[in-house]
Amino acid sequence: MINTMECAMDAQSLISISLRKIHNSRTQRGGIKLHKNLLVSYVLRNAKQFYMNEKYAEIYRMQQYEEVMTVCNEIQELNPLDLAEDIAEASGDCCSQGAGSPLLMEPASVCCALPASNHSAHTPQQQLQATAACSAAAALALQNEEVCKETNSVFFRSCCAEAYPVTDCDFSSLSAVHCNKTTVLDLDTHVVTTVESGYLHQDCCAVPCQGAQAPAKKRKFDFGCYATESEEVPDFTPCKRARFEDFYCPHSEQLDTSNISNLISIFGSGFTGLVSRQADSEFSLNGQFCSKQTLASLGAWTRAIVAF
Amino acid sequence: MAGVGGGNDFQWCFSQVKGAIDEDVAEADIISTVEFNYSGDLLATGDKGGRVVIFQREQESKNRPHSRGEYNVYSTFQSHEPEFDYLKSLEIEEKINKIRWLPQQNAAHSLLSTNDKTIKLWKISERDKKAEGYNLKEEDGRLRDPFRITSLRVPVLQPMDLMVEASPRRIFANAHTYHINSISVNSDHETYLSADDLRINLWHLEITDRSFNIVDIKPANMEELTEVITAAECHPNQCNVFVYSSSKGTIRLCDMRAAALCDRHTKFFEEPEDPSSRSFFSEIISSISDVKFSHGGRYMMTRDYLSVKVWDLNMENRPVETYQVHEYLRSKLCSLYENDCIFDKFECCWNGTDSAIMTGSYNNFFRMFDRNTRRDITLEASRESSKPRGILKPRKVCTGGKRKKDEISVDSLDFNKKILHTAWHPKENVIAVAATNNLYIFQDKMN
Repeated sequence: MINTMECAMDAQSLISISLRKIHNSRTQRGGIKLHKNLLVSYVLRNAKQFYMNEKYAEIYRMQQYEEVMTVCNEIQELNPLDLAEDIAEASGDCCSQGAGSPLLMEPASVCCALPASNHSAHTPQQQLQATAACSAAAALALQNEEVCKETNSVFFRSCCAEAYPVTDCDFSSLSAVHCNKTTVLDLDTHVVTTVESGYLHQDCCAVPCQGAQAPAKKRKFDFGCYATESEEVPDFTPCKRARFEDFYCPHSEQLDTSNISNLISIFGSGFTGLVSRQADSEFSLNGQFCSKQTLASLGAWTRAIVAF
Repeated sequence: MAGVGGGNDFQWCFSQVKGAIDEDVAEADIISTVEFNYSGDLLATGDKGGRVVIFQREQESKNRPHSRGEYNVYSTFQSHEPEFDYLKSLEIEEKINKIRWLPQQNAAHSLLSTNDKTIKLWKISERDKKAEGYNLKEEDGRLRDPFRITSLRVPVLQPMDLMVEASPRRIFANAHTYHINSISVNSDHETYLSADDLRINLWHLEITDRSFNIVDIKPANMEELTEVITAAECHPNQCNVFVYSSSKGTIRLCDMRAAALCDRHTKFFEEPEDPSSRSFFSEIISSISDVKFSHGGRYMMTRDYLSVKVWDLNMENRPVETYQVHEYLRSKLCSLYENDCIFDKFECCWNGTDSAIMTGSYNNFFRMFDRNTRRDITLEASRESSKPRGILKPRKVCTGGKRKKDEISVDSLDFNKKILHTAWHPKENVIAVAATNNLYIFQDKMN
């Protein structure tokens, strides 16, 4: 557990300060100091982990609320009578099969948690059907299999908890989710090697970029806090883009995005760009966000620095 | 013999200060290493400009029998020059990282000095006679015309003013890819080791064109790098044993008899981290900046950012003694990280009898700990308290609450005035303290 009591500075500032130190070390007399940069990378990692944990918790809370709101808004637009017929059939089927989403078992409680004022249906019959529709829609949206026996408010929390793969994301695990290539120049032998799985699991695990939930959640994730990024690069996979954005959100306040992207291009070129086989994508970096390879190396250099 | 101070019978006095008084300090004049030789008669300093200055102690004069000899400049020479590595487009700093004296074998003195990449063996010799009466050349050096010589004579040695010459006798180059942080002369007086961030090499003092790599912690994939070597030292009397410390706060003791490559340690010293004190900067403050064997060889001492630890070589799981140097800085780590002070590498040293240890701090303070009485003292190296034979007053840092008179608060400390390098005379209570560009010499009060 990070003890932040003594630290007046927040994780964001630490990250930007650390990056600035790494950047400055390239122009220092005597060459890059391996020891100092390694220590700075540890601070960077610690601050990033702390920041990610906090952001994660915040996003989770926000997502939970937004999903509930979205579901409710969607339900409002539906004709409750039409939906009720469908749901009645569905629940009938479910009941006959003896299986069903646990959400359907407590339709009333679901809709009690939802703001009922938006419902166009007012008769108790329609209310009941609307709540059934609510629960069905909620079940579809959340894809939850867990039995929720909690109270109304807790019901949604626990549902969302299962839907959102928090527990799947193990920060301490070192297994890489993605296989990326990083090209490294060995100072001693002057041999160029291309390394698979070049970066840490934690760097890419920050965003749940797997599974069916990804697309919908990605949009919310983007809206969450990354509106400050002005430049958009549409040809990246959503996972990578979100990860990159989330990494650079902290210092958008302190450093210009162009400075950051230059920093990345400098850093990326320092380690991999010079000997990269994808030279074309590497060298068109100035002023723009980086290619996949440099993004992959981002995770690498937060942990390790190659002395030049 | 050695006490620490604070008691009734022992006090430290100012003896001398060397260096410019100027407020404006030139970067090249900043002292980067201090080392007494084996007898303590010679004191060498290296600076960031690549120069070495050697002081020699005057013989005790008959006029003042109770005063120990003063240290005066004996020799000054430029050891290293800035270089440029064209292949990697890197400038190699001329800063002297370490000086280590070699045991004296004849009238001349020898030392090893190193910068980031190259180690040099310097021989410092005295010349107090010169030959006169050559046949083929005049006294001023002009060559004589051989046809004009009508008689021969034998040159004779005439006394002259003492001249101290330093000449580079060996240059040990091109063996380190990364920055050299330590050199250490072996007790066999034939070999020495040099350590950089990832490797340790063993050299023979006579052979410059090759060295043996004995430790290599470079990972196959540099992206998996998690620690670097920060210091290394040979055991004082077992020539097969050496230790090296890491940036993770661990020390490995290796036996060269076990294998040619000492990647596998014989002993591993590590104190478990206290999880309650974890912070963003835990890795930085646990990084060891210096490791020194005791003279007896039973113990070793390590310095990390906030403390000094004494380890018994027979116990690997924790140090036997821990001394807090400036614990009040723990709450200031954020600012110290911002201004880079958290990366300062403090050294530490033993006294001649291994009963006391000394290390530096900020505000030109340095600390001494008596291992027997467990007393500690904080002293300051400053011009203000530098009256000849003046007794040094103990200093105290106020950590909170009401500041008493003569105490200094943590926020008033000058973090630009740092004492990183100190040395203790091998036999007497004389210490040399490097404060930026000044060298202070203190000694105990002769009662």
